[in-house]
Amino acid sequence: MPVDMRTYLGHVELANPITTAAGCAASGAELAQFFDLGRLGAVTTRSITMAPRAGRPTPRMAETPSGLLSAVGLQGPGVDAFLARELPWLAQRNVRTVVSIGGGTVAEYTALARRLTDAPGVTAVEVNLSCPNIEDRGRVFALDGAASAEVVASVRSVMRYDVPVVAKLSPDALDVVAVARACVDGGADALSMINNPLGMSVDTDAMRPALAAVTGGLSGPAIRPLAVRCVWQVHAALPGVPIIGMGGVLTGRDAFEFVLAGACVVAVGTALFHDPYAGLRVVRELEEILAARGFHRLADAVGLAHRPPGATTRHRTDFEESPL
Amino acid sequence: MSKTPVTPVQVTGTVLTTRRVDAYHALTVVAPGIVERFRPGHFVGVAVGGPGTSMLTRRAFSVHDVKPDYGGTVEFVFTAGGPGTTWLAERRARDTLDLVGPLGRPFPLPRDPVTCVLVGGEYGSAMLFAVADALQRRGCRVDFVLGAASADRVFGALRARRMGETTTLTTEDGSLGMRGRVTDVLPGVIADVRADAVYACGPMETLRGVTAVAVEFDIPVQVAVEERMACGIGVCMTCVLPVIGDDGVTRMVRACVEGPVFRGERVRFDDVGTIPFDALGAPGGGTRHAG
Ligand SMILES: Cc1cc2nc3c(=O)[nH]c(=O)nc-3n(C[C@H](O)[C@H](O)[C@H](O)COP(=O)(O)OP(=O)(O)OC[C@H]3O[C@@H](n4cnc5c(N)ncnc54)[C@H](O)[C@@H]3O)c2cc1C
Ligand SMILES: Cc1cc2nc3c(=O)[nH]c(=O)nc-3n(C[C@H](O)[C@H](O)[C@H](O)COP(=O)(O)O)c2cc1C
Ligand code: FES
Repeated sequence: MPVDMRTYLGHVELANPITTAAGCAASGAELAQFFDLGRLGAVTTRSITMAPRAGRPTPRMAETPSGLLSAVGLQGPGVDAFLARELPWLAQRNVRTVVSIGGGTVAEYTALARRLTDAPGVTAVEVNLSCPNIEDRGRVFALDGAASAEVVASVRSVMRYDVPVVAKLSPDALDVVAVARACVDGGADALSMINNPLGMSVDTDAMRPALAAVTGGLSGPAIRPLAVRCVWQVHAALPGVPIIGMGGVLTGRDAFEFVLAGACVVAVGTALFHDPYAGLRVVRELEEILAARGFHRLADAVGLAHRPPGATTRHRTDFEESPL
Repeated sequence: MSKTPVTPVQVTGTVLTTRRVDAYHALTVVAPGIVERFRPGHFVGVAVGGPGTSMLTRRAFSVHDVKPDYGGTVEFVFTAGGPGTTWLAERRARDTLDLVGPLGRPFPLPRDPVTCVLVGGEYGSAMLFAVADALQRRGCRVDFVLGAASADRVFGALRARRMGETTTLTTEDGSLGMRGRVTDVLPGVIADVRADAVYACGPMETLRGVTAVAVEFDIPVQVAVEERMACGIGVCMTCVLPVIGDDGVTRMVRACVEGPVFRGERVRFDDVGTIPFDALGAPGGGTRHAG
């Protein structure tokens, strides 16, 4: 029997729980060369900024054990070109699109949200809070619950009521649960985690930092336990809030791990660099795992690892098997 | 800038043969699907480390040769340096290899039967033979200039001698051909053969020099650049370099999809590794044209 893979981001239904991670699928057209993007639950765009951005100098990447250190610096075409070309391209193909936005001030995030409000084809808005706050000496918004909440509240207030606003959290925050709670209090309909923790690598031949930007974001399986921990803690504290879990998902098993920890949507990022089909493959593998474990619905597995020790798994008590 | 004209495919190929060519390793892989789509200048993205690998990024290699045998084979030539290429050097016949390709924008070919000088530095010469073949089929005259640090690192000298009208070799240590660099001999070759165009592949420093020479002679130059790549398919944005567009605006473009082949004079070689202040979207201003 096929597993019901549908999931909800706020009140928005997705056909399956797998999306691309922000900044890991460029404009979408690149991956569409390999498969129909509509087969993913959603596509998340790179973080869109007001003005075009050239990003960071190269080298922008270094490979680390089971990880990737990168500092792209939100290179992108800016919101005008995004709305003129990239979003319509996705909308024409009926791709569920989560638009990620990045800014340096609350006003910039708000202005971006305003530009997206009337744009057709926006399934949800993901607020990338891992951007330096220009008004706070470049401190990253996501480290500070109050600053994050202010951005989220402002974006929520201008965004159409039927478009969920997702706050994307950083594992570098001292207390990720506190930031999560602040974002939800600020009006976030869902949470997304984790963005890249800050890392660094030194090129021992050149005897200099491997990246031109010196530090970069770490991604890939190297950060998966960190990500699962964040999802677990936030789901435990805020069980009613939908979570997009991500960090080092390469396989259906990895996605299942996030689901069990409390994610109802799972994003695939760095894995796409290794395998352009990773997103589709993860959908298939996750469905196989759920079926093999006797689940009829993905929803029954969300947060299941939180059940008390000794408790039966919820999905086993359904009517087909019960004496009723 | 134009998109990749062909659609790449992912193939689990089987290694047909491995060989050593002086300082280099060469792998021939049965990779149906890639061969039919191949045009000179294309590269492949190779997954390294096998299943469950800790190496997440693909390695980029120019395609040296394609053949129709066994449904289609692809050969690439490489030096073993880091962990990925060291793993590749240990592959044996019948091992499987995960390839994505063909990738990138291939070399544009001239419409008329003109005279072309093909310049290769180090393993950069490996990709030139497919170019030479395509040019000759259009009736072009082909001359080679190949160079490297030492004789064992000059790739394809014999084949160049067979295919080219003339072949000039250089080594920095003087162990083969003229002592020096390809750029030292290039002006003489261009003048002697009355070249109409230059095609080049090799280290950035070589491409910069070759471009300068071609600009001096006022002839078109196509270069295939190399930037650190993680995906090869245009999604990671790590492989960028500053290139001047048709509209005169400098953009940070992806070597893997907008390149690796560019008109040499459009690449801002002096600014590679930086964000030029006048690039589109550069910090603190830049040209703020949308798109
Ligand atoms: C279009 C293109 C064609 C190439 N063709 C050839 C070829 O024909 N023969 C050959 O020997 N080499 C070629 N290279 C360079 C080759 O990709 C690197 O030498 C190789 O990736 C190094 O891998 P590693 O595991 O040994 O090194 P590591 O340093 O461990 O590599 C770590 C990461 O950095 C990237 N990287 C490191 N150096 C380079 C580089 N020079 N270029 C691109 N990515 C790099 C790797 O892809 C990997 O993701 C080409 C590169 C490009 C961009
Ligand atoms: C090259 C690269 C670019 C990224 N760009 C963005 C971005 O623009 N906005 C954002 O919110 N996250 C960005 N991320 C973070 C990812 O969306 C994701 O949170 C993180 O990489 C963890 O998932 P992964 O291990 O599956 O890649 C980027 C990650 C990488 C590797
Ligand atoms: S290598 Fe990933 S975008 Fe070019």
